[in-house]
Amino acid sequence: MSVLVYTENWEGKFKKLSFELVSYASGVAKMLNTTVTAVSIGKVEDNELKRLGNCGANKIINIINDQLITLDNQAYASVISDISKKENATVIIISNNNTGKAIAPRLSVRLKAGVGSGVSRLPLNINPFTVYKRTYSGNAFAHLVIKSDVKILTLAQNSFDLIETANNASIENLNVSVDGSLVKTSVKDVQKQSGKILLTDADIVVSGGRGMKSPDNWPPLVELATLLGAATACSRPVSDEGWRPHEEHTGQTGKIIAPNLYIAVGISGATQHLAGISSSKFIVAINSDKDAPIFQAAQYGIVGDAMKIIPKLVSAVKEIRK
Amino acid sequence: MKILVCISNVPDTTTKIKFAEGNTSIDTTGIQWVINPWDELSLTRALELKDDATSGVKSVTVVHVGTASSEPTIRKALAIGADDAIRVNAESSDAWFVAAQIAEVAKKEQFDIIICGIESSDFNGSAVGGMISEFLGIPSVSAVSSLKIENGQPVMTREIDGGKEVVNVQAPFVAIVQKGIAKEPRIAAMRGIMMARTKPVKLMEPLAIEPLTQIIEFEKPTPRAACKYIDADNPAQLIDLLQNEAKVI
Ligand SMILES: Cc1cc2nc3c(=O)[nH]c(=O)nc-3n(C[C@H](O)[C@H](O)[C@H](O)COP(=O)(O)OP(=O)(O)OC[C@H]3O[C@@H](n4cnc5c(N)ncnc54)[C@H](O)[C@@H]3O)c2cc1C
Ligand SMILES: Nc1ncnc2c1ncn2[C@@H]1O[C@H](COP(=O)(O)O)[C@@H](O)[C@H]1O
Repeated sequence: MSVLVYTENWEGKFKKLSFELVSYASGVAKMLNTTVTAVSIGKVEDNELKRLGNCGANKIINIINDQLITLDNQAYASVISDISKKENATVIIISNNNTGKAIAPRLSVRLKAGVGSGVSRLPLNINPFTVYKRTYSGNAFAHLVIKSDVKILTLAQNSFDLIETANNASIENLNVSVDGSLVKTSVKDVQKQSGKILLTDADIVVSGGRGMKSPDNWPPLVELATLLGAATACSRPVSDEGWRPHEEHTGQTGKIIAPNLYIAVGISGATQHLAGISSSKFIVAINSDKDAPIFQAAQYGIVGDAMKIIPKLVSAVKEIRK
Repeated sequence: MKILVCISNVPDTTTKIKFAEGNTSIDTTGIQWVINPWDELSLTRALELKDDATSGVKSVTVVHVGTASSEPTIRKALAIGADDAIRVNAESSDAWFVAAQIAEVAKKEQFDIIICGIESSDFNGSAVGGMISEFLGIPSVSAVSSLKIENGQPVMTREIDGGKEVVNVQAPFVAIVQKGIAKEPRIAAMRGIMMARTKPVKLMEPLAIEPLTQIIEFEKPTPRAACKYIDADNPAQLIDLLQNEAKVI
């Protein structure tokens, strides 16, 4: 028996979410009295792999194969399911990001394993195996029992604190053969955003809504974000109007994020918007309407004109950063 | 080419969710049911492709796994423009069950493109599309924000962390779609509503399959502390609280 965790890397580096996943896996393994095997696909430096050990992996399997350079859902699921069988994994943990969402369901069918997607918190119970999962777009959480022998969990981002202590995990470089007939997708072109803090990675997010009035009013908001090391986001009408790029749209039909701090400026707080941000640890609302629903979701609020408040926040942050 | 659009029947996105039967189920009284927002957009995109003679798309079928109570949602999809519909007559108990039923439909009817949404707004599973593709042993592309057919070849754009990739794939395949796939959902016109009444809805009995998961209880999200208001004339106090009380900056 073991707990298997797939840790995705980005150009050879792991992100905070990879370490969170391993810490979570380690928590699950303790409940089940077993060990954690982390699987990484693609070239990653040894010291990066060792950090997975520090977060709780007992064993790290490192796979390099030219057929796995870009994500083919079918090929990835086949490789991970083979390893999970070899490792006798009873629980498989993956991130609930785009990659995880692409792989987990395919893995589920290969292994006849029930999926708990978007889980936060450790399992509520191991017999029956019960997880805590987001449903109704964050308006309810379900206790979901997974009845199959093998269970797959996709962990919501920023929902579990990473725990790091020195630990010497074994690293095994594994050659796998990939059945070429499984690789049916090919990537023709890649466009990367460079230099920006990605919305899905950001610990702090500064977001603007229709209350910002015009795209010309964004520079102070962007300045505040830059000073805070934050990513910028927006509500749907703002991206629909083309005031801000589509990648910034948060909410039910945009990105679902869970930063430590979400600052909503001139956003009314419609349920569809809250669906994308309600898992943020702290929400700040800045809105001229004291009855705006966003204040119900917020822990800190300022009722007032954003145009006057944002420049003052910029000065205040500059002050503490001196 | 034939397209199959999977539609899920969900509470309107503004619904206040309440529980029933000792928090083991959702109180459905007064709920307005709608087509899952993503599925509405994928249906729109499928119909746009069909409207474009050069795409080679000849028909758009919708499939739904659910009981007779979701008939209005199916009729709505037909009114928007789907050619026909298939309903697998069963409670949609979990993603595994639903995907197995749809895979069975797909085996019988042979579609070139199957489209699913990235998540249902009720179960938030992000699972059905990927499972269908694995049941059928065909490729899937997830987080698709654009689906085109160029010279008979499907071309998709998918979102990856911090960027986009253009992906080619041979039909048949499953496209799991998200933001960008279509701009605005297509709305049913009067003519469409009239025509929908005569369009065929094929009823299929489900395969006997045991779901792998079950919800045993619902909980409300953990309540948050009440909002602390800061004087608009002194925003610096907010920065102080974020630094020293919340400790997030
Ligand atoms: C199926 C569906 C899916 C949807 N998905 C999403 C989604 O994913 N994300 C999303 O955001 N929306 C989504 N929506 C739209 C959503 O319902 C709201 O319409 C939208 O979130 C409102 O955006 P907003 O808060 O920017 O604008 P508004 O609701 O217009 O709010 C603007 C706010 O700014 C305040 N304001 C005005 N002037 C100032 C000022 N000078 N200073 C400070 N505050 C000011 C106002 O008091 C108001 O509260 C969806 C809708 C549907 C039907
Ligand atoms: N009962 C259902 N009938 C048909 N399609 C469904 C059903 N449930 C989910 N789907 C499809 O699967 C997608 C993802 O749903 P889920 O896996 O529940 O998040 C939806 O957007 C639909 O396209």
